[in-house]
Amino acid sequence: MKRFWFAVALMFLAAFPARAEITVQEVTSPGGIKAWLVEEHSIPFTALEIRFRGGAALDAPDKRGAINLMMATLEEGAGDMDAQAFAEAREALAASYRFNVYDDVATISARFLTENRDEAIDLLKLALTSPRFDPDAIDRVREQVLSIIRSEETDPADVAGKTFDRLAWGDHPYGSSRNGTIETVTALTREDVVDAHARVFGKDRLYVAATGDITAQELGVLLDKLLADLPPNASVPLPPRADYQLEPGITVVPFDTPQSVALFGHRGIKRDDPDYIPAFILNEIFGGRGLESRLMRELREKRGLTYGISTSLLPMEFGELVIGQVRSDNARMGESIDLIRQEWARIAREGVTEQELEEAKTYLTGAYPLRFDGNAPIARILVGMQMIGLPRDYIRTRNDLVRAVTLEEINRIAGRIYQPDQLHFVVVGQPEGVTSAN
Amino acid sequence: MKRLALAVMSTIGLAWPVLAAEVTTFRLDNGMDVVVLEDHRAPVVVHMVWYRVGAADEPPGKSGIAHFLEHLLFKGTDDLEAGELSAIVARNGGSDNAFTSWDYTAYFQRIAADRLELVMQMEADRMRDLRMTPEDVATERQVVLEERGQRVDSEPNALFREQKNAAQYLNHPYGIPVIGWRHEMEKLNRDDAFSFYRRYYAPNNAILVVAGDVQPDEVLELAKKHYGPLAPTPDLEPRARPQEPPQLAERRMTFTDARIAQPYITRSYLAPERDAGDQFAAARLEMLAAVLGGDAATSVLGRKLQFDQQKAIYVNASYDGMSLDDTTFGLVIVPTPGLPLEEAEAALDQAIAEFVEEGVDPEQFARIKMQLRAARIYEDDNIESLARDYGSGLTSGLTVEDIQAWPDILQSVTEQDVLDAAKEIFVRDRAVTGWAMPQAGDAQ
Repeated sequence: MKRFWFAVALMFLAAFPARAEITVQEVTSPGGIKAWLVEEHSIPFTALEIRFRGGAALDAPDKRGAINLMMATLEEGAGDMDAQAFAEAREALAASYRFNVYDDVATISARFLTENRDEAIDLLKLALTSPRFDPDAIDRVREQVLSIIRSEETDPADVAGKTFDRLAWGDHPYGSSRNGTIETVTALTREDVVDAHARVFGKDRLYVAATGDITAQELGVLLDKLLADLPPNASVPLPPRADYQLEPGITVVPFDTPQSVALFGHRGIKRDDPDYIPAFILNEIFGGRGLESRLMRELREKRGLTYGISTSLLPMEFGELVIGQVRSDNARMGESIDLIRQEWARIAREGVTEQELEEAKTYLTGAYPLRFDGNAPIARILVGMQMIGLPRDYIRTRNDLVRAVTLEEINRIAGRIYQPDQLHFVVVGQPEGVTSAN
Repeated sequence: MKRLALAVMSTIGLAWPVLAAEVTTFRLDNGMDVVVLEDHRAPVVVHMVWYRVGAADEPPGKSGIAHFLEHLLFKGTDDLEAGELSAIVARNGGSDNAFTSWDYTAYFQRIAADRLELVMQMEADRMRDLRMTPEDVATERQVVLEERGQRVDSEPNALFREQKNAAQYLNHPYGIPVIGWRHEMEKLNRDDAFSFYRRYYAPNNAILVVAGDVQPDEVLELAKKHYGPLAPTPDLEPRARPQEPPQLAERRMTFTDARIAQPYITRSYLAPERDAGDQFAAARLEMLAAVLGGDAATSVLGRKLQFDQQKAIYVNASYDGMSLDDTTFGLVIVPTPGLPLEEAEAALDQAIAEFVEEGVDPEQFARIKMQLRAARIYEDDNIESLARDYGSGLTSGLTVEDIQAWPDILQSVTEQDVLDAAKEIFVRDRAVTGWAMPQAGDAQ
């Protein structure tokens, strides 16, 4: 019994006692597959979120892009259906399946009506466990992926991201795009795609959450039907830790565009670090909260240097970054960089004020319940919690953890999170007066 | 086998109960419309004010003023410092933002339901009592210029779209970009903003949409208290923009930009929009776009050009009928690398011609209708998106009844209606065709 809406307004709960609770159940299927469930029977559909730890970082050496291509081809024919027959069947059910892959995780997001839940699950199971990977389907999807890669090569923000990753992570999979390159993707064979499937899908790396019009017992049956036939183990171990290799400095990538894009940052903090929550609040104040952040005030509100600037903590599985992004006209990028350096040094030196901390806390604690605003968002939150090892009652305790952070704690770590002498800027454009330097 | 399953599903589909959110409407004495959508699953509310004014209502030479003013609405009032409204919303755990289109300007907050009055009080305050210092105006002009730099000047596809729109509309202001032409944006000033503001930001030109865990009578009481005392603009005339003359010749353009990674073609045709009490023509076009575009594996253009002939890596058809004045029906094709644009365009025309000969596949048509029925169930999970439908519909000249009737009108469209619509819309003399490519020689 996890009631977490209480954080919003006790007064309101008193007035409408039955409305505002969400109960997270842990379901174990007869076959032993675990999932978290929130039952929500008022709308006759279910959102199902399935994740596999690993993702595109499991690509074989020289086969960069194979896992991305595999995930994009899952729906292009399965069992005795080719791509067109599969799509017809899915449309007739009005179900949707989305397959995505990120560096650390492969995701399947499904949505289906209560009326035809069994058929929708049968069809999803075919795509997951019996994909055909027909050569013509692979070629068709490959052309689309190549088209995306070509577009990224002429997009300044993508160029900045790829450059930063390459400089920061070198030969580790984090150092290159999960889409692969024109060369690697062109060379991928059907065998590579089949091998990629075995690298990703194993019950040892599986996490599941469901929200919607389904009972715990029904979900247990569904889990076995959908997932029991997966291999017990994925075929390769998880990747090693990534070494951060970037020295402080500036890298300018010349690019013909009126406005420069800059990515900037340095080493970050792990998600399981005991100081993660203070660090998260610190980042909210510095560059996380839209118009309210320090960087937005200094660069946008006071000086009109940019339409947007933000920073984030990026705790990946095998490496961590503190990273930010800004765009400014070529003539003004130099001024933006100087200000970012100043603010980086100021927060490292002085930390934040009591008032900034209090405002961030009231924002974060008030905004947290508002994230749970639909079946799919709730399922995504639940599966994400499982993957980082948070307990089910974290939903209830999370705001208390935020409230408990003291100014002393947060200012003690400010110099550890923000290291002005470690900053590296990757600037793509023709920034006036800004040159590469280490 | 599959056909049988489909027939069964359609029957079930027709029997589904209508679950749509409870909708209640009021009008305040000063002319402000109020729409309340109830969703009591979580104690959250979305509070929106939609003004019946957008970029297409700007005075000549002042392009971008509607959007610039939207930014300036965050610069304070007689009671609020610059940025204070957003700061108060954030301190209460909420989020806020605003957006501008050709037909509307909207402001919204999403917050715990018991804070509704707080945001309503602040939103009402800035409807009539805006203050802005010359310094704030000057800084914010730099911000919108940077926004144009980011969203348009750095995006060759956006530049191409801007040029195509300008060619589409010879006379109607839909041909002018919402964010504005740079040379005009640079000269926008405080007086421009204030005169636009004083005329159009008034209760009789606004629609309040409140969606979430609220009771309609409580919303009405709060609206009377906070918006009720505001003075209307007395001489506000109905919106009448310059309309398009008949198009007598196809317009073609070639756009080159080194940042375009691969050549592609867009084609657009001037098309009727959804009109109050008269949405059938738009419904036919919406169904036509679904038949031609949609999923590549099941749609007409996807099958012909991506699967059967492999002449395209991407192809689509699009139509959005939510518009105050005439809208467009669009086609796009990204050819397979190496295929000349001329051949790609011929293949696209050929595919359309074949479709008009062959007619609509009844199985595909039944699947589209099934998905539309299911969409009504899925969309009940997202009250905010429903609230946007009402806001954009009401500022585009539709009534609540029109918005509620739309799903049934879509279901009433037949295969023959779609075919008739195709024959009427695909007339080259009424088209704008654009080729986008990295450099001049790349078309061949």
